[in-house]
Amino acid sequence: MKITLKLYASLARYLPPEAVRNVIEIEIPDGASVHEVLDRYHVPRGEAHLILINGLYVEPEQRDEAIFRAGDVLAMWPPVAGG
Amino acid sequence: MAWQRRLLRVNLTAGTCVEEPLNMEWAMKYIGQRGLATKYLCEEIDPKVDALSPDNKLIMATGPLTGTMAATGGRYSVITKSPLTGAVACSNSGGFIGAELKQAGWDMIIFEGRAAEPVYLYLENDQAELCPAGDIWGKSIWEADEYLHTKYQDPLIRIACVGRAAEQGCLYSAVVNDLHRAAGRSGVGTVMASKHLKAVVVRGTKGVGNVRDPKAFFQATAAGKKTLAENAVTGQGLPAMGTQVLMNVINEVGAMPTRNMRDVQFEGAHRISAEAMLEPRESDGKPNLVTNAACFGCTIACGRISTIDPQHYTIQNKPEYMHASGGLEYEAAWALGCDTGVDDLDALTYANFVCNEDGMDPISFGSTVAAAMELFDLGAITTEHTGGIEFRFGSAEALTKAAELVATGEGFGRDLALGSKRLCEKYGHPDLSMTVKGQEFPAYDPRGIQGMGLAYATSNRGACHLRGYTVSSEIMGVPVKTDPLSTEGKPELVKAFQDATAAVDSTGLCVFTTFGWTLEDIAPQVDAACEGGWTSESMLEAGERIWNLERQFNLDAGLSKADDTLPKRLLKDAAKTGPAKGMVNRLDEMLPLYYAARGWTPEGAPTDETRQRLGL
Ligand code: SF4
Repeated sequence: MKITLKLYASLARYLPPEAVRNVIEIEIPDGASVHEVLDRYHVPRGEAHLILINGLYVEPEQRDEAIFRAGDVLAMWPPVAGG
Repeated sequence: MAWQRRLLRVNLTAGTCVEEPLNMEWAMKYIGQRGLATKYLCEEIDPKVDALSPDNKLIMATGPLTGTMAATGGRYSVITKSPLTGAVACSNSGGFIGAELKQAGWDMIIFEGRAAEPVYLYLENDQAELCPAGDIWGKSIWEADEYLHTKYQDPLIRIACVGRAAEQGCLYSAVVNDLHRAAGRSGVGTVMASKHLKAVVVRGTKGVGNVRDPKAFFQATAAGKKTLAENAVTGQGLPAMGTQVLMNVINEVGAMPTRNMRDVQFEGAHRISAEAMLEPRESDGKPNLVTNAACFGCTIACGRISTIDPQHYTIQNKPEYMHASGGLEYEAAWALGCDTGVDDLDALTYANFVCNEDGMDPISFGSTVAAAMELFDLGAITTEHTGGIEFRFGSAEALTKAAELVATGEGFGRDLALGSKRLCEKYGHPDLSMTVKGQEFPAYDPRGIQGMGLAYATSNRGACHLRGYTVSSEIMGVPVKTDPLSTEGKPELVKAFQDATAAVDSTGLCVFTTFGWTLEDIAPQVDAACEGGWTSESMLEAGERIWNLERQFNLDAGLSKADDTLPKRLLKDAAKTGPAKGMVNRLDEMLPLYYAARGWTPEGAPTDETRQRLGL
């Protein structure tokens, strides 16, 4: 299935070169987990801290589950903060 | 004893500068800076006073760790009654002047009265002198800064100054120090200008020597620095990306106030984000961001130094804007960008430069422009009012022209200088003002981050993110992750953040340290520096005491439970997109529980028992 992958801040370096403005559409196998997507793009699991699917937080214990539906938007950041 | 134990009282009416001992009994209860200066303000002015009358006072206050070797120990605050909100105002700034003031041997300066003619204060260690400011009145902050540096021929003097906007009465004027650091919110600069005080020039060479236990202080501050360096946010994230890293985060979670909070996501967010600030531009191949920058003693260095595209329309034939200067922080980028629908990074950077140069709070300015754009959209404001400017959402030209007009107090700039609340009232649509207690919202839509709705509604200085930044927990998971769409536990969370922040704001440290530190890291530093036996518990209690003191000031000023609310739009109009789609802010579920958690009556007043418990 196709999903959208967004990698921001220091995770941007793991994006394939075709990505535009931190965003790329990718094909993942049915039943893939967030961690499997991370591994595929060589994003160290410890670096992806804030993980959102369609803007909703993915709890650490959900990151090995098959939770994707076609068209989902997966966005990730290292630890961030601001003000 | 990192306090200097003395303050300078400047009576502008009489033209006198008098030294006074610092009230150490109060310092033991209110720490310093925000807490201690608020205590002085409460004791010395009638809360009902007209904020712009000579009877209001303006206090510049440092904390006990200001000017020391503690990481980020360079902060100072400006405390007064706000002309924008009618509530207590306390605006915090970094840069270098706070540390300089402390090193000149002073904990705070209290300004009272009003000078007959414009003056500035020159303070060099013990020597304090009021000087005529006729040559710099009517000049921008950048021009005044250059004039004063040239006059004194000393590159090390530090200057806090108000701009032309404040002189013209703009109600959200800032006090800007070191060219682009600001005590930004609630119109503290407007009060300073109303006293005919243009600038405060400080040179201090005494240092801050009287630390209670130097060895313990060295150890505690070194341990604190190590923690900040090893933390991914304070050690890597903030220096590399600044606060602007949040632009894409908050947009993704659907809490980005957009077009005067009509929407909760901005399609142009990526074009004005931290990531965009790093992209080389076509014209000269350079990115917007030149480097990061640090305030005094800061080991985080979140500041942004930027340039504008040399080909951009805003700076043609304006060499003064072609150099690198203070760039966009998240709050400024949001207010000038998402809220007005403008996604032109260079136009935003220019508007930000103008806000720095003439001392306008970019949050209030941007939000007021956004309200004007909505009024224009509805036909309540026309080009007749605006002097021909098409005030449309998304118009970079309208935004940058508006900045110039407010800076100089010309034309439609006079209406925009009123702030969103008074502007919307003037043009017959008070509900379109996105404010609490008359102060404009910052960059988090409380429909998508429920706790922030309560934090805004109950903030003692009107809508503000820095009074209780539950975003930290609700979005980033610091110290624990909570669900931004749920109201459960939020009253207690908001209270905890408010009290802890009030304590941190009273120490001389930057609140951004709390992404890496808790009060457990801060208390040993304060305790080693000062007498008083400070622990994280006693600091938290001092924070709660300060919060209640501010609350009491506001109640005495005439504010009430009715002011602890949000604009109808956020309570009635559901978010249209994103995770919060279909939701409003559920303030009614949280507010009674919050009052109870605070030990306040159902009407929002501290009970006698609470006052007694806190020693008020
Ligand atoms: S963290 Fe940023 S705002 Fe705070 S003191 Fe350091 S540079 Fe200044």
